[in-house]
Amino acid sequence: MPASNAFVLRVTNLAKRYGQGCPSCYALTGPAFATNICPCCGSIVACHDIGFDLEEGEILGIVGESGSGKSTLVRCLYFDEEVTGGEAFLAAYGKGGVNLFAESSQRKRFIRNHLMGMVYQNPLLGIKPHFTAGGNVAEKLLTADVYNYADIRARAASLLTRTEIPRARMDDFPARFSGGMQQRVQIAKALANNPPLLFLDEITTGLDLSVQARVLDLVKEIQRELGIAMLVVSHDLGVIRMLADRTAVLKNGRMVEIGLTDQILEDPQHQYTQLLVHSML
Amino acid sequence: MSDQYDLLSVRGLTKNFTLHLQSRKFLRGCEDVSFSLKAGEFMGVVGPSGAGKSTIIKCIYRSYLPSAGEIIYRTGGQDIDLAKAPDREIIRLRRREISYVSQFLKVIPRVPAVDILAEQLTERGWPRNKAKDRAAEYLEMMNIDPALWDTSPSTFSGGEQQRVNLARALITKPRLLLLDEPTASLDAETKKVVIQALNQLRKQGTTMVGIFHDTDVMKRLVDRVFTMTSGRCKSIKRMQEVV
Ligand SMILES: Nc1ncnc2c1ncn2[C@@H]1O[C@H](COP(=O)(O)OP(=O)(O)O)[C@@H](O)[C@H]1O
Ligand SMILES: [Mg+2]
Ligand SMILES: [Zn+2]
Repeated sequence: MPASNAFVLRVTNLAKRYGQGCPSCYALTGPAFATNICPCCGSIVACHDIGFDLEEGEILGIVGESGSGKSTLVRCLYFDEEVTGGEAFLAAYGKGGVNLFAESSQRKRFIRNHLMGMVYQNPLLGIKPHFTAGGNVAEKLLTADVYNYADIRARAASLLTRTEIPRARMDDFPARFSGGMQQRVQIAKALANNPPLLFLDEITTGLDLSVQARVLDLVKEIQRELGIAMLVVSHDLGVIRMLADRTAVLKNGRMVEIGLTDQILEDPQHQYTQLLVHSML
Repeated sequence: MSDQYDLLSVRGLTKNFTLHLQSRKFLRGCEDVSFSLKAGEFMGVVGPSGAGKSTIIKCIYRSYLPSAGEIIYRTGGQDIDLAKAPDREIIRLRRREISYVSQFLKVIPRVPAVDILAEQLTERGWPRNKAKDRAAEYLEMMNIDPALWDTSPSTFSGGEQQRVNLARALITKPRLLLLDEPTASLDAETKKVVIQALNQLRKQGTTMVGIFHDTDVMKRLVDRVFTMTSGRCKSIKRMQEVV
């Protein structure tokens, strides 16, 4: 591994195919064919040849239309899905020299519980409805090997306060929270193990505009205060503009462009990025 | 002055846009633009609308990817070509020493004016309370009504937004300041304040490239004027020769 750059996460040639595959899958899909479905075998090439790295405290935006492969990418990195190919390296694991995808499922669970956080679009994917707000944070702490009850309680309270959940609601169940509050509980839970890396997948989609703004402020503050590196997935360029230093554009499972966020928005190079930006204006 | 080195040296800068959505239509932003700036020098850019003024500034800030040419920026005893530097290098320079003020304020809604300024300093390692105090000083200097300090500029008037926008760049005391018509919607009183503030920065060593539609303001700020027509340099003259 080249050690010149202080990367937190490095991804190379990540590929994810749904279907048995054939020799033509990669040659006949992608932006040039305007599809991710292989015409020969019908496999879906959800991600192919995706590579980037993320530095400490950096936010990388991932944009693209629905179906372009954004969620697949983060789900692969969080081990929700198994990759078809490629490598990922975490600086905090094995000195950055171990391909995470090649690890055992037990090691993967360890990595995910100790070194990663995930916030899904649907809060109920990240939090459990039969646990209280505090209980949800506690659950994540337990998986990260924090067992002392008083420690757990104190950390849960401080994280929920941090994400603007009133202390009085700590022992309430998520069903009694608004969508925005559920999302903030999910963020608190994702932060519980103090991860160097956080994945955020469309976390404001479906929320009211004013609630969206609060959640985005919160994310920005967390990044500033804790210096956590983040991968922020959104189909909404407004969200990306607000949060991301750099942005990658996905289309039909391929990364068509990566650059400074303002450059992507003001001087998009790829045909598809131009379409995406113009359709937003 | 002992530090009369070239801080910025633009050579053969060309920027074209290929619009894929309009059957690969080709647009010229600027062509073969060259100039250099000594450390501490202020240069104005003038020319008709569409002449390529903003294009040059945006290439230097790298919001636009230059098509050809070099933008050599001297920092820490080293030359960096901003046209080709990696994105991360550009982000670092923006955090540390290069600031850009656009015609319009772009901020996160809901964030109060005072925090927008303070954030510039906390990002640079200032403690929060000190940053807020300094932010208040700058808002005061820019004649922003204290009643507005804790509200978001998204509700401010055009002139107020422009002042916050400028204050946000000035508070960082950038080494290189890029301005795109920063005084367009200011009243006479505020213009004076802005001119003072910019001249103050210059005394502290800031180098500046600015587009001014207001010749009166420009006259009181810049050493040299770069005139553009149709994407090209028409002339570079000392301010005294222009007036
Ligand atoms: N983002 C862009 N995409 C396509 N063309 C652009 C873009 N920005 C500028 N141009 C083109 O470059 C030329 C110069 O524009 P600009 O630099 O904005 O001029 P000025 O600031 O002098 O008014 C114009 O013809 C414009 O059409
Ligand atoms: Mg302009
Ligand atoms: Zn196939």
